[in-house]
Amino acid sequence: MKNGSIKVDYLARVEGEGALLVKVKNKVVTDVKFRIFEPPRFFEAFLRGRSYNEVPDIVARICGICPVAYQMSSVHAIENAFGIQVTGPLRELRRLLYCGEWIESHALHVFMLHAPDFLGYQDVLQMAKDHGDLVKQALELKKVGNDIVNLIGGREIHPINVRVGGFYRLPTKQELATLAERLKWAMEFSVKMVKFTGTLTFPDFERDYEYVALRHQDEYPFNEGRLVSSKGLDISVPEYEAHFAEEHVEHSNALQSICKDSGAYFVGPLARYNLNFDKLTKTAQESARSAKLGKTCNNPFKSIIVRSVETLHACEEALRIIAQYQGPETPAVTIKPRAGTGYGCTEAPRGILYHRYRIDDKGKILDAKIVPPTSQNQKTIEQDLREFVPPRLKLTQEQLTWQCEQAIRNYDPCISCATHFLRLDIQTDET
Amino acid sequence: MAKSGKPKLAVWKFSSCDGCQLSLLDCEDELLAVAEKVDIANFPEASRAVVKGPYDVSLVEGSITTPHDAERIHRVRRSSKLLITIGACATAGGIQALRNFKNVNEFISIVYANPQYIETLNKSTAIADHVHVDFELRGCPINKYQLVEVISALLNGRKPNIPPYSVCVECKRRGTVCGLVSHGSYCLGPVTQAGCNALCPTYHRACFGCYGPKETPNTASLSALWEASGVPQEDLVRLYRGFNAYADAFRKESEAHEQ
Repeated sequence: MKNGSIKVDYLARVEGEGALLVKVKNKVVTDVKFRIFEPPRFFEAFLRGRSYNEVPDIVARICGICPVAYQMSSVHAIENAFGIQVTGPLRELRRLLYCGEWIESHALHVFMLHAPDFLGYQDVLQMAKDHGDLVKQALELKKVGNDIVNLIGGREIHPINVRVGGFYRLPTKQELATLAERLKWAMEFSVKMVKFTGTLTFPDFERDYEYVALRHQDEYPFNEGRLVSSKGLDISVPEYEAHFAEEHVEHSNALQSICKDSGAYFVGPLARYNLNFDKLTKTAQESARSAKLGKTCNNPFKSIIVRSVETLHACEEALRIIAQYQGPETPAVTIKPRAGTGYGCTEAPRGILYHRYRIDDKGKILDAKIVPPTSQNQKTIEQDLREFVPPRLKLTQEQLTWQCEQAIRNYDPCISCATHFLRLDIQTDET
Repeated sequence: MAKSGKPKLAVWKFSSCDGCQLSLLDCEDELLAVAEKVDIANFPEASRAVVKGPYDVSLVEGSITTPHDAERIHRVRRSSKLLITIGACATAGGIQALRNFKNVNEFISIVYANPQYIETLNKSTAIADHVHVDFELRGCPINKYQLVEVISALLNGRKPNIPPYSVCVECKRRGTVCGLVSHGSYCLGPVTQAGCNALCPTYHRACFGCYGPKETPNTASLSALWEASGVPQEDLVRLYRGFNAYADAFRKESEAHEQ
């Protein structure tokens, strides 16, 4: 294709509504638009006037795929405003809940949304005809993740057990023990998952990205840490807005984030991995090495291996938490609302999720700001396509369109999140 | 019917969080079996392949919030023999229907720097406000087992067994102690439709109405009880204004306490 356009009106195997348009003139990409047409839902607006204790339930509804992430960022931000820190076994239970969401979300994306691209299937059901056992095991893995969320959260979509200060009800040691056996299987299967994804064929594509993720002194990051980047940024969470800005562009109902100093940046599994390899469990590190993944990786297509490595890490971390669990005395610490502003940032399966709330002395929300991972990756996705398309213009329109979709799916975009987003258009001007 | 002789199923998304359609993918034990009985002909979240309509069953998630969607839902209706709405957004307008009580322009300017780029309707409305709906499956999110029940009932030509009674019935069945009676909690269970198996009371918290109003809910009586215990009007309004705020019974009750 010398001139023309690649067009996908309704991008499949992503969460939410988006489209892609790539315009090509004289073998040069002249325009890339990753459109988000998912209708806006105005969460920041209707949070105003609600009580702080309603926030975790309301923000969960931004995303059916990663509600736990929204609940975690919100409770941390509100606790920050009230000057409370949740520690000990309650903090461990929050990490366990997050492990569950990472396992179910990564299993969903790796096997059901992304793997069919690598193997040439339209979807996982087609893939199941040739790879029946693998798909059945993938579903079982997803279920293990969901069962963790079910037990700690009450249900897998929009959990009801998370509150500011902790939980409503604590799981018993026995209930947790029933998860352990299945998690051991899940861990063994995740090792196979890393091996399997390591054998896939990857397009030769690398870029010099600025990765941004949380970094914690002792842990692979879930719920806290400093915000660091591969280009030297190292800030505390409340400094986020001093370094990152949101832009409102015409083709998107999602605001696009940029780093004020350096422009587009990259969040999610690949960013976490590149910035926190040393914090992965030994098994996860070895497994990554055996899949020929270095300590750093700049090929976004290989994010499918990284997600598998993170799944393995999450299974192991979940097992550790369950083995050491000593029930806390109370399900939640006592909350005394006070006026102030609180900041929270946690690692959703798709990357950093930033929340900020201004609250009055009665605990009423005066103002809210939420920056989901997909808005932060939007610009990087568009830049990837600008570089990905030109060397591949010899491909047929159908092949190139599919590969562009695959390049977008590298980011596991969650459009429902981003609007609080996506369609693919590749247009060619025949001249 | 598809060439395979299996009924064709389509899944459509309007304004929503994707959670209710995800319920289908969350049926880890049932998904492959469902796919053997029905031809999943149009389900963008799961597949690139699109089989043309008409479809035997359409599952519709999400509410109508844009002029484009208000038109698109009619096309979906025309291509569907049976249209089933799934979840609080599709059956009541969802959490985004909180805009219905305010000026939407004010909302747009709070979230977006360039309001002129945003095209949206003043109100977020249920699918049944626009087209004929054959069955409404409630919940925020829906219960996946109820979804499997609805699909299998329709495929077998019977009425889905989805009880319209209150969460209280589920609590009594589970033997959960009543929070409203014993601790005076602000529980919406008496006026909320069952379907979650009384999840919140089992987790020691009050029901907050995910499944919307039950059949013939006595909201006025519940509000009177709370008023007598000193709940401010402002809090009463908020209690009814959750994920089903624009469902008739909840909307009317919240408006009755708005000053």
